[in-house]
Amino acid sequence: MDLRNVTTPPSDRERVAIDRVLADHGFAETDGTPGRTAIGGRSAATRRDLLLPALHALNDAVGWISEGGLGYACERLTVPPAEGYGVATFYDQFSFEERVEVVRVCDDIVCGPYADQLIAGLDGIEVERTPCLGRCENAPVAFIQQPGFRRTEIAPASPQSVLEGEPTSVDTHIGVIGEAVLLARVGSVDPESLDDYRGAGGYQALSRALDEGADAVLDRIEAARLRGRGGASFPAAAKWRAVAQAQGDKIVVCNADESEPGTFKDRVLMEADPFAVIEGMTLAAYVTGAERGFLYVRGEYALAERRMIDAIEAARAAGLLGEDVADGGFAFDVEVRRGAGAYICGEETSLFNSIEGLRGEPRDKPPFPTQEGLFGLPTVVNNVETLVGAVAITMDKDGNSKLFPISGAINNPGLYEAPLGVSVAALIEAAGGPTSDVQAVLVGGAAGKFLLPDDLEVTLDHGTEPPLGSGAIVVFDTATDMEVIVDRIARFFRDESCGKCVPCRVGTIRQVEALERLGNGAAERETLDDLAAVLRDASICGLGQLAAEAVQSALDLELIGGPSD
Amino acid sequence: MISIDGVDVQAPVDATILEAAAKQGTEVPTLCYLETLTAASTCRLCVVEVEGARVLAPGCSRQVEEGMVIKTRSPRVDRARRMVLELLASSVDLSLAPELLELAEEYGAAPERFGEVRAQVQLPVNTDNGLYVQDLSKCVLCYRCVSACGDDAQHTYAISVTDRGFGAAISTEFGVALPDSACVFCGNCVAVCPTGALIVTTEYDMRQAGTWDEELQTVTRTICAYCGVGCNLDVHVQDNEIVKVTSPFDHEVTAGNLCIKGRFGWSHVSGPASPD
Repeated sequence: MDLRNVTTPPSDRERVAIDRVLADHGFAETDGTPGRTAIGGRSAATRRDLLLPALHALNDAVGWISEGGLGYACERLTVPPAEGYGVATFYDQFSFEERVEVVRVCDDIVCGPYADQLIAGLDGIEVERTPCLGRCENAPVAFIQQPGFRRTEIAPASPQSVLEGEPTSVDTHIGVIGEAVLLARVGSVDPESLDDYRGAGGYQALSRALDEGADAVLDRIEAARLRGRGGASFPAAAKWRAVAQAQGDKIVVCNADESEPGTFKDRVLMEADPFAVIEGMTLAAYVTGAERGFLYVRGEYALAERRMIDAIEAARAAGLLGEDVADGGFAFDVEVRRGAGAYICGEETSLFNSIEGLRGEPRDKPPFPTQEGLFGLPTVVNNVETLVGAVAITMDKDGNSKLFPISGAINNPGLYEAPLGVSVAALIEAAGGPTSDVQAVLVGGAAGKFLLPDDLEVTLDHGTEPPLGSGAIVVFDTATDMEVIVDRIARFFRDESCGKCVPCRVGTIRQVEALERLGNGAAERETLDDLAAVLRDASICGLGQLAAEAVQSALDLELIGGPSD
Repeated sequence: MISIDGVDVQAPVDATILEAAAKQGTEVPTLCYLETLTAASTCRLCVVEVEGARVLAPGCSRQVEEGMVIKTRSPRVDRARRMVLELLASSVDLSLAPELLELAEEYGAAPERFGEVRAQVQLPVNTDNGLYVQDLSKCVLCYRCVSACGDDAQHTYAISVTDRGFGAAISTEFGVALPDSACVFCGNCVAVCPTGALIVTTEYDMRQAGTWDEELQTVTRTICAYCGVGCNLDVHVQDNEIVKVTSPFDHEVTAGNLCIKGRFGWSHVSGPASPD
């Protein structure tokens, strides 16, 4: 490809950062022959997937993405500068103006009440308001990005803890109704110790799979009716079987881009039990015959990413990843890829595009990931919790166990495990009950639905109302202004829409505007219903299709807008 | 065998719903779709109802499957199309997209109901070169120009979609001026733009002056004389002056594409005679 490159040169730090990250991914500028270097060219054409890591390297090293830096990344990877710019501007975490550091303060549905005060206490510092950072159990939450590869999650955040920049080490409260299956090791094993994991039964599922064969694993997962825990509830065995039957190269992707407001279950699993996630991916690889794995973790989960990278290295060193996994005669390895602030990239096809170095926009389905997924290859893509569930099921544990992150006006916000079919009321009780009178409960995050206090006996399961979604439960008390909450949800979808399709790009902003008029007493129900219809029916992906769910349920329940006609 | 609006139809296995419907004589409205480009399926105007499907399907990119039962019109389809047209008309200047405005009327779109205070795409008109004008306030983000500049035709990759959501826009890297970008001024982006967001400068200037009048224009097909490829040119003439050159999309060599010379290199025809 004959490209016109950016003429501004990179700084030394930018050049070093990019050269290093590309070399780390096996794409060095020289093959070792003295005097021979390759900048871009034919070999780069297949490494477009290194664009996002290169952008991260720039942002991590110097705090922003300059023309020279982006230009050099594009030159090394033979990416047209316009496309590189199009990709970089897609993500919230990248700045195109020089900056030293940025403090992101969550002002989403759980942290929202604290945000103004926290920001006021950070006078003089560059602060960006941000959607849910996934530490709702210890709200309020802040995230600091500083040059020199420093990213810090702070929860609970105070002006003092943010200014000191020390991560607060408050554990996530854990609770279990029934038997701990998914949380069995959380809090009781050292997440940095493979021996600890093995001592607690880790890698027995893989051994059993190797003994009994792939079909036995598939049959067991099918019999347990394991369904996707990311929100779409698709049967996991069907995905695995489809990819197992496909010919040629295949891929396993772990979707760890957990960004649904109020949701922090995958983060806890990765932070506290990272080897289980790897074992789950390895199990999927063994069953399907995939040799390459990718774990796509959201860019705000610095600790989870660190734990996963360390665990992968430890697993590799122990022969549990690599050319001959566990002496089982199959090869599999995992690469971690970091998102950069885009909720849409949790949508599986957007996630593929993001890894491939394209804008994180969704693709039309069909073709489905099992047919044409990452790099166009048959791909199993599973949520973190689903994979951990597959490990448990292989050891004959209850496949019906589900994680519920509970936050908001609740006495013991935290991560709870309970069998599917549990009632919302039982979960709230397990979490110590509400802090005061309940006004509403949001089930499933921003893409979910509200419940009224009288309806909390309803049970949660795949395929029933209210939709399970991510399992997130956020409790709002009677002091909460629900108009503020619903407006925040509407703005979330407006801000996170990728902009590819008309219904979502324009529909989500019109929804915000119509809600504002609603607050002024206007009769906007018909407009909001029409917006909901086109979003649900004609958007490309799940983001747009669900962007009106919470708003509609708030209207139906008269949480906002007065009586509906 | 598939069924379209209650009629059984035979269609090749790789046909899209749009193609199958066209073969049967049913027209489905489109905006972002163009036969010479890869379907990006961004506008969602061509959505149809497929029996048993949870959501509507884009006719331009969804391939037919044996036994598929398709409705190209239904209350659900019409509502979605009306809303797409309403959303576009409420946010973008469609004054140079008469067919879209006609469709909006046909489907009963009422963009004014979104109120006076509503977000609209308002970007400055870019006249940074002498050959074509970018008026992105008219841009519906159909992605056609990006495809034509990139993989589908020109392989120049001068422009991309940047940013996200309602702020997404077509841009060069860091918004540099087109003459400073990779643009080779082939104008193939202009050729595929459905809404006049990209327009050749002669047409733009005449429209500004109020002198552009397609009723007074003749279109003459000829062959470009600059090289031996044989691209067909459609020369648009008004008042005995060339005002624009385009290329037929159904031509097997060019498929609507030209280079800078064919599309823009015609001012000598009616310009001042050279001194010698």
